[in-house]
Amino acid sequence: MKSLAAALLLLFAALVAKPATGVNDAAITADGFASHLSDYGFFTDLKARTPAARVMPYTLNTPLFSDYAEKHRFIYMPAGRKARYQDDAVLDFPIGTALIKTFGYQQQGRFRPLETRLLLRRASGWVAIPYVWNAEGTDADLKRAGMRIPVRFTDPSGEVRQISYAVPNQNQCKDCHARAGAITPIGPRARQLNDGHQLEALVSTGMLDRVPADAPRLARWDDATAPLDDRARAYLEINCAHCHNPQGAASNSGLYLDWRQSHPGFLKRPVAAGRGSGDREFDVVPGSADASILIFRMESTDPGIAMPELGRATVHKEGVGMLRQWIDGMPRQ
Amino acid sequence: MFRPKSILAAVAILFLALPAAAKTIHVAAGPNAQERLQGALIEAAPGDIVEIGAGRFDLTDGLSLDVDRVTVRGAGPGKTVLSFKGQLGAGEGLLVTSDDVVLRGFAVEDSRGDGIKSKGADRIVYKDIRVEWTGGPKATNGAYGVYPVESQWVLVDGVTVIGASDAGIYVGQSAHIVVRNSTAQGNVAGIEIENCAFADVYDNLATHNTGGILVFDLPNLPVRGGGHINVYNNRVIDNDTANFAPPGNIVASVRKGTGVLIMANSDVSVTGNTLSGHATSNIMIISYRQPFTDAGYNPYPRRITVSGNTHGKAGFAPQLPGGDQLAGAFGGSIPPILWDGTGGPELELRVSDTVPVLSMNLALGAETETAQPALVKLEGPALARMPGVKLPESMEAAAQ
Repeated sequence: MKSLAAALLLLFAALVAKPATGVNDAAITADGFASHLSDYGFFTDLKARTPAARVMPYTLNTPLFSDYAEKHRFIYMPAGRKARYQDDAVLDFPIGTALIKTFGYQQQGRFRPLETRLLLRRASGWVAIPYVWNAEGTDADLKRAGMRIPVRFTDPSGEVRQISYAVPNQNQCKDCHARAGAITPIGPRARQLNDGHQLEALVSTGMLDRVPADAPRLARWDDATAPLDDRARAYLEINCAHCHNPQGAASNSGLYLDWRQSHPGFLKRPVAAGRGSGDREFDVVPGSADASILIFRMESTDPGIAMPELGRATVHKEGVGMLRQWIDGMPRQ
Repeated sequence: MFRPKSILAAVAILFLALPAAAKTIHVAAGPNAQERLQGALIEAAPGDIVEIGAGRFDLTDGLSLDVDRVTVRGAGPGKTVLSFKGQLGAGEGLLVTSDDVVLRGFAVEDSRGDGIKSKGADRIVYKDIRVEWTGGPKATNGAYGVYPVESQWVLVDGVTVIGASDAGIYVGQSAHIVVRNSTAQGNVAGIEIENCAFADVYDNLATHNTGGILVFDLPNLPVRGGGHINVYNNRVIDNDTANFAPPGNIVASVRKGTGVLIMANSDVSVTGNTLSGHATSNIMIISYRQPFTDAGYNPYPRRITVSGNTHGKAGFAPQLPGGDQLAGAFGGSIPPILWDGTGGPELELRVSDTVPVLSMNLALGAETETAQPALVKLEGPALARMPGVKLPESMEAAAQ
């Protein structure tokens, strides 16, 4: 039986082996996980990270803050398949889709990739897995248990930061990406992709079925010309609402922070915050950022206090500054 | 004709057909513990055992398990120690998000947030587990020791929690719960059952906490309307630690020297417990006293029966406004059972212990300063005996 298994394993390996060019569809859809990022063929030149055909770069209006890491996002769909437009939920992607996100920092004037996270749409649903780049930047290895990487970088304000960068383990991927227990992408919704061009480009390349003229559009958190209320809600939605929704990891908190909440956390008492309360009474106190637990937790890097719980070893000064302005500007209740 | 797709399918089916015998994954103490232990918890298949060796494991991040039917077993709560003193990330030491998991025979120390949290983890068994903050009671300790939440069927058996800045053993928004043979010491709340239905809490020791055993129902949570809670045969002794919970949390309002505290909730029985050494009160029955906006929430305690308990010293230094004068008026100690006096006979409260009961005669939501204390008899109808929680046999077997 054992040798049969071994033989089958070899056969399996041969079947999902990388084709000469293009993306390896079998590596995306077959059970198990390829050992190297190169096995998928998402990039024709991995070191230069040149995308293969049908691997499209994209951006979000308001992205998750990840310790000031620079993120390069790509989407791949197999030939002949397209995503189905949805107004509110994440676009309905076909089996065989891959969402590819590389995290890294500028070092000596060049982008140094640290990790690439994949979300793969299989017949059984989505799976999420991290790959960690080698020092030469030539390939990335499967790292299901995650790891820590010491990093030194300069943040946008010019401050030099030294952090222990956390590559999430596979369960931590799911912590953020699970809705009612099933893994789902977070970013690629119409309102996040809608910048006036991206959705249209996806339609014209045949990767999206349609885009209505009135597709919703989320504000950019750092767009000083947009209403502060829209920017704040966009920020909370992408940074918090993946857990803080009735089907997410923080469902038991009763604190929901998606963009449609009319009074997100206003005068709501904490439930299981522990020392995360910072001696404050309410999650959000309109008119007082200093009295709001939400701000206290976003300004902390202590793992027992910090929110979000994962992937944040630095405080996002600019983001929290914007939220402070938003809360302080509300009428007191 | 070569058809890779169908061959692939055939191969996949063959793989599925191979016998998948449960295996034991051994993880020994030593360098790189984080990756080896987390790797084992990820690679475990349903039915597997992850066996953690004796020794100290220095961990840098929270661990997590998301595979059903896995047993995580150590060499004993004094021998296998998972230390999170150097933890850099994650909100708890160990997080379990899968069903039918058994945790037994290890310790979690000094996690920065909660000790062990299980969320949506049905039929979980915590057996012979120790969670401890080793620096004594401090506001900087993590909130909860063991923390099952949003789960159906929970067993906490032979667990010890020391030093939690909120609750040692905390079960929240769950149903069908047994907490037994466990020790909660030096926490703010020893054992807390919050927004839960059907719980048996028995044969435990709660000592040197701020409050011993708390049964709460809070508003504005996805699961509320808690009730059918049996608290019996526990030793609730000398809960005398000053409250060190960070303000803002509900337990920060628990008064030092509280034995058993019932807040809101319905159908709670407190029987056959030994209660002693509580400066404020052996047993308190109160309504939820803060303003709330949750229209479906009932802030009153209803159908509470207190009977057959053994009362030692209590009420000798009540942590209440005017507590000293009050104690003086009663000859040095106020009665060992306190009711906030909010509501009337419709609450069906019954105390048949042979000790007096003091009512504070407070209106709903009124400040404690407005109390008009007086003795009261609570003679509501006796609660029908509750059948008790019968756990699935697999859980009882796992706890043998």
